Amino acid sequence: MSVAVLIDHRSGDVTRPSLEALTLARGLGSPVAVWLGDAPSADAVAQLGEYGAAEVRVAEVGDEARHPAKAAAAIATATEDSSVVIVISTFVTKEIVTRLAVLTGAGVVVDAAGAELVDGKVETFQTVFAATWNVRTRIDAERAIVGVRPNTTQASPAEAPGAATVVAVAVELPEARERIVSVEPVPQEDGVPLSEAPVVVSGGRGTGGDYTLVAEFAELLGGAVGASRDATDEGWISHEHMVGQTGTTVTPALYVACGISGAVHHRGGMQASGTIVCINMDPDAPIFEISDFGVVGSLFDVIPQAIERIKARRAG
Amino acid sequence: MRILVTVKHTPDLQSQRSFTDGTVTRTADDGTMNELDENAVEAALQIVEAAGEGEVVALTVGGPDAVAAVRKALQLGAHKGVHVSDEAIAGSDVFGTATVIAAAVRKVAEEQQVDLVITGMAALDGLTSMLPTALAAELDWSQLTLASALTVGDGEATIERHLPDAHETVSAPLPAVVSVTDEANKPRYPNFKLIMAARKAEIPVWTLADLGVDASAVGASASRTTVVDASERPPRENRVTVTDTGDAGTQLADFLIEKGLA
Ligand SMILES: Cc1cc2nc3c(=O)[nH]c(=O)nc-3n(C[C@H](O)[C@H](O)[C@H](O)COP(=O)(O)OP(=O)(O)OC[C@H]3O[C@@H](n4cnc5c(N)ncnc54)[C@H](O)[C@@H]3O)c2cc1C
Repeated sequence: MSVAVLIDHRSGDVTRPSLEALTLARGLGSPVAVWLGDAPSADAVAQLGEYGAAEVRVAEVGDEARHPAKAAAAIATATEDSSVVIVISTFVTKEIVTRLAVLTGAGVVVDAAGAELVDGKVETFQTVFAATWNVRTRIDAERAIVGVRPNTTQASPAEAPGAATVVAVAVELPEARERIVSVEPVPQEDGVPLSEAPVVVSGGRGTGGDYTLVAEFAELLGGAVGASRDATDEGWISHEHMVGQTGTTVTPALYVACGISGAVHHRGGMQASGTIVCINMDPDAPIFEISDFGVVGSLFDVIPQAIERIKARRAG
Repeated sequence: MRILVTVKHTPDLQSQRSFTDGTVTRTADDGTMNELDENAVEAALQIVEAAGEGEVVALTVGGPDAVAAVRKALQLGAHKGVHVSDEAIAGSDVFGTATVIAAAVRKVAEEQQVDLVITGMAALDGLTSMLPTALAAELDWSQLTLASALTVGDGEATIERHLPDAHETVSAPLPAVVSVTDEANKPRYPNFKLIMAARKAEIPVWTLADLGVDASAVGASASRTTVVDASERPPRENRVTVTDTGDAGTQLADFLIEKGLA
């Protein structure tokens, strides 16, 4: 069975969640990579092959892919023979897959943490209600679309990696009513984006606006910096860093909440993380209820000491 | 300018929720209007107020309790409410729900043209954010989603969209389906006069038959997905809380190292 994976790429490089998605796809059938945008480099194609893609289907649609309906039309053409399409779940891909499902009649589950075949049907697992419930969903329709969250599958190369063949896909894009008047790129910071980071260290109102310690701790742990809504509303750090139900949902192996109370809106965006650690002055803050290791104390005392200890143990 | 706002009755996020037979169990006193729909109502009111004319109609789809969401919208200043309710709708997926809402939009438009449908960016219970796109496709209207700013004029709507890679400005002719984020505005508080009026407002209830929607096109049987299992996540085990007496940073570091996380 052909399982198509919509490859997410940044500056021509395949992102890690795409490799996770290919790994997941191998458990369901034979992966085929779908690439929208300028043609992939030889390195990118080789990497996709290494993770099990037999083909890389390229639709050179350029910026037209910014229109969800056009991106969906291109994917529909490129995946005619695939009964399953996997994408990385983001606000943008959720719009694309909705359009795709309207075109193909597929059943859709987004924000999934995994998927498997049961009696020939795709079943997905995910958390709902601010990550307090586990749900398993069966996709009954003949075609299935699964949006998976980053960091939910461990990416690994295929046991018998092949060389992927590049296939150009000719697509006819529909007219769009919407006109994209301007696209102003957001300057990308160095390092892994928040949604993909294996470690996230977040600071909230308790930082008082000083992110130096949070950033230093994040760097030491190889992670990205997150924030609460209060912190981004204050303008202490840009909106792209906001973790939560209306910001970015993260599921890193380690989440460190510093000076964050743990409001339900925030918890919903991080509660499914592997290990949760918090540092908070208030022992009654709700964040303690979901923390594997909680410190009642000031982040200004605790973080520097933790950093020093980790550096010392690494040196020793 | 006539604007229809979709509002969803969602369980209170702080309350206990559960599943029965694959769907969310709701109790009468549990929940109100999806918080993010307040931004949709606010966006609609601001447009009508700026234009000095127009009407905001709040629409909800759901069982008998769902009318609470419409009343909440009326308290905020929506002029009219509509409640679509039919047992056959239960268990609909996003496409079934979009079919029902689109039919209701067409029915509201029968009396007078609807220029815009405004929705919240997501329902905080399900949070899939797929409905606005499905609705735009179903109505075959312009799609302007995840707006953090919205302006309307000259038969066109223009939004700003803050995506992780870029900030887009997108324009499209009316009619359009617009979803607004919680950055779009600051919802107002209900005022006393409107609270009293909302309590007494007559809210028509429409069934699938009223909308001319075939019951077999919606509901659980038409859903492309089925919840086969749901269970509450157990609380985290072996939780440790330490109070800093001078060495908590060291303890935290040792915990991370022991776990192979640092
Ligand atoms: C519709 C809607 C959507 C929302 N979406 C989101 C979302 O996506 N993400 C999000 O985060 N929020 C969201 N919010 C806001 C959310 O409800 C909370 O208001 C917010 O998360 C609180 O941020 P905070 O924890 O930083 O601040 P607070 O709740 O003020 O908590 C600050 C904490 O810092 C602690 N503290 C103070 N000083 C120190 C110190 N020196 N050391 C250690 N601890 C200290 C305090 O004890 C306190 O617990 C949303 C709200 C609404 C209405």
